[in-house]
Amino acid sequence: MIKKTCIALACSTALAAGSALAADSIKIGMMTTLSGPGAGLGIDIRDGFNLAVKHLGGKIGDLPTELIVADDAQNPETAKQITERFIKRDKVDIATGVVFSNIMLAVGPAFFAAETFYVSANAGPSQYAGADCNPFFFNVAWQNDNLHEAMGKHVQDKGYKKVALVAPNYPAGKDALTGFKRFYQGAVAEEVYTKLGQLDYAAEIAQVRASGADALYIFLPGGMGINFIKQYSQSGMLKKTPLFAPGFSGDEDVVKAVGPAMEGAFNTSHWYREMDNAVNQRFVADFQKDFNRLPTLYASQGYDAAMLIDAAVKAADGKIEDKAALRKALETVKAPTTRGEYHFGNNHYPVQSYYLREVVKNADGSVSNKYVGKVMDKHTDAYAKDCKM
Amino acid sequence: MLYLFIEQALNGLQYGLMLFLLAAGLTLVFGIMDLINLAHGSLYMIGAFLAAAFYQWLGSFFPALLLAIIATALIGVILERILYRRLQGMSHLSQVLATFALILIANETIKIIFGAQPLMIGMPESLSGPIELVPDELYYPAYRMLIIGVGLAVALGLYLLVNRTRIGMWMRAGASNPQMAAVMGVRIKPLFTFVFALGAALCALAGALLGPLLAVSVGMGESILIPAFEVIVIGGIGSMRGALVGALLVGMIDTLGRLALTFGLKLVVDSATAATLGPTLASMMVSLLMVCVLFFRPQGLFPARG
Repeated sequence: MIKKTCIALACSTALAAGSALAADSIKIGMMTTLSGPGAGLGIDIRDGFNLAVKHLGGKIGDLPTELIVADDAQNPETAKQITERFIKRDKVDIATGVVFSNIMLAVGPAFFAAETFYVSANAGPSQYAGADCNPFFFNVAWQNDNLHEAMGKHVQDKGYKKVALVAPNYPAGKDALTGFKRFYQGAVAEEVYTKLGQLDYAAEIAQVRASGADALYIFLPGGMGINFIKQYSQSGMLKKTPLFAPGFSGDEDVVKAVGPAMEGAFNTSHWYREMDNAVNQRFVADFQKDFNRLPTLYASQGYDAAMLIDAAVKAADGKIEDKAALRKALETVKAPTTRGEYHFGNNHYPVQSYYLREVVKNADGSVSNKYVGKVMDKHTDAYAKDCKM
Repeated sequence: MLYLFIEQALNGLQYGLMLFLLAAGLTLVFGIMDLINLAHGSLYMIGAFLAAAFYQWLGSFFPALLLAIIATALIGVILERILYRRLQGMSHLSQVLATFALILIANETIKIIFGAQPLMIGMPESLSGPIELVPDELYYPAYRMLIIGVGLAVALGLYLLVNRTRIGMWMRAGASNPQMAAVMGVRIKPLFTFVFALGAALCALAGALLGPLLAVSVGMGESILIPAFEVIVIGGIGSMRGALVGALLVGMIDTLGRLALTFGLKLVVDSATAATLGPTLASMMVSLLMVCVLFFRPQGLFPARG
């Protein structure tokens, strides 16, 4: 018995000593949404991440890399179980992947308590950007409000006076409409919150029609947006009341599913496909080659998340056990990115530019997004000032 | 305001009729065979996936719809023969467990065959636009009109089948007292197979019709199963008329209730709160109706057994 304890003690001492040395491998836990109406988003994040790992020669931070992928099925309960597994059994070094903010808010505390770094490739809830910001949380994409703020500004600039708003009733839906209204100053004709994951929008479309709005703004990511826009087009409204959306309801996943009806729809994003930088050109070309479809903003976020983790681990000389060093590296490292440039604000959310895109018809009859112009330059989110870290 | 009301009433009618297609099968199987079939929603999902597959193969909507209905009815026959027949006479708990297992098996099988991403069914081009009901004031999507039409036709067809044919008479006899019906010479086993296949076919019809409006995805059956059960509890288990009335009630309350509640709440609280509170309360109203029915009329509005 005493002998056993001695061995255990010796081991733990060895482990403690080992923390100062470079780790010999890195384990990344990716929990994302791979089934149900939101599956397209998670699949793009996963594929973008994998492409980056491939570009890095299969090694993140020059370390042998193990990527564990799990499907949260857009269910907070399932997500909590997977998080437990990631922390207790798999002992992941860094976690990433969550798409939906309600899930992020459900699993965040467990990761933070275990001092596991979380690099969000999508979900950017306002809570973690403001008063509840956390040293272990980084968001490589955007704060939830940002794309909506950019569209709010565009709609305001275009002179619309009476806009109807539709979003799902969950944290990111609230963030979305708050963000839009921060920059859109006109009247709100109708504000409709729907159930998250709702697929039939006949009732909401009728409400928008009756409100007499001169434009419609929706935040409905993934399958929800696909269904809404199709039904909106079938109701004949798309031609009468123009539709504005963030990139989440206007990227290639939605455009491909809805088809030519989407032509002329505007959306905002922090990234666009034609971005003129070497990282992006390689990402876009290889993504199309490997997956036989156009990349979306989600895929670019997955790619950037992997690139950030890689650059940070390298900057920390592979010492992933040294939390302070790794945090410093994540905060300050200049990682290669598809969007040209961004840097983290004091709350670990990106300070970056936002752009307007339009869905246009191509020569071969297909439709896809085209860059129109810059809407916001080096924009910081509204919650950063409340973050005391 | 009047046009909004009419449009929402049409939406409620459309939703109610689709619920009726599911509830009709459920109530027959429950009422006649005394079998709780939780996997009824899975037949709806299977029907929708088959319609999507046939659509991709044929490239045309209506033939795909027809094939999906026939194929799902056949699956229903097979399931009834090898599984449900054995479950009959067992306790309701065993039935719930077995059919719940069937949901999991169906979901995983579909995931293996078709993948986890939702499939799309294209709708007939001629029906993809709106119909102008009142010039410049009231438009309604042509495809939803088609759904309403089909739903009404099926409701009428089922009414005639149950009330005007010999098979319908056996079905009513089986629903009110299966033992007595058997003693009186109704061949109960083939009747059960027929009823089950009919239920499966109605599921497939609903799944395939809704496919182009909603995405066809794994797990779509569970989300519609609960309203379908609410419908048959409200309408009275085993009663076709009850299923129709219950389904229309649920459809109307769900759609018009949302409108009325949001509108009413706006008079009391600010519009943002009303927009959040309205839909939440509306989704509770159907359950509240069910609770009231269970309290005042536990046998349902139109009980099959007198």
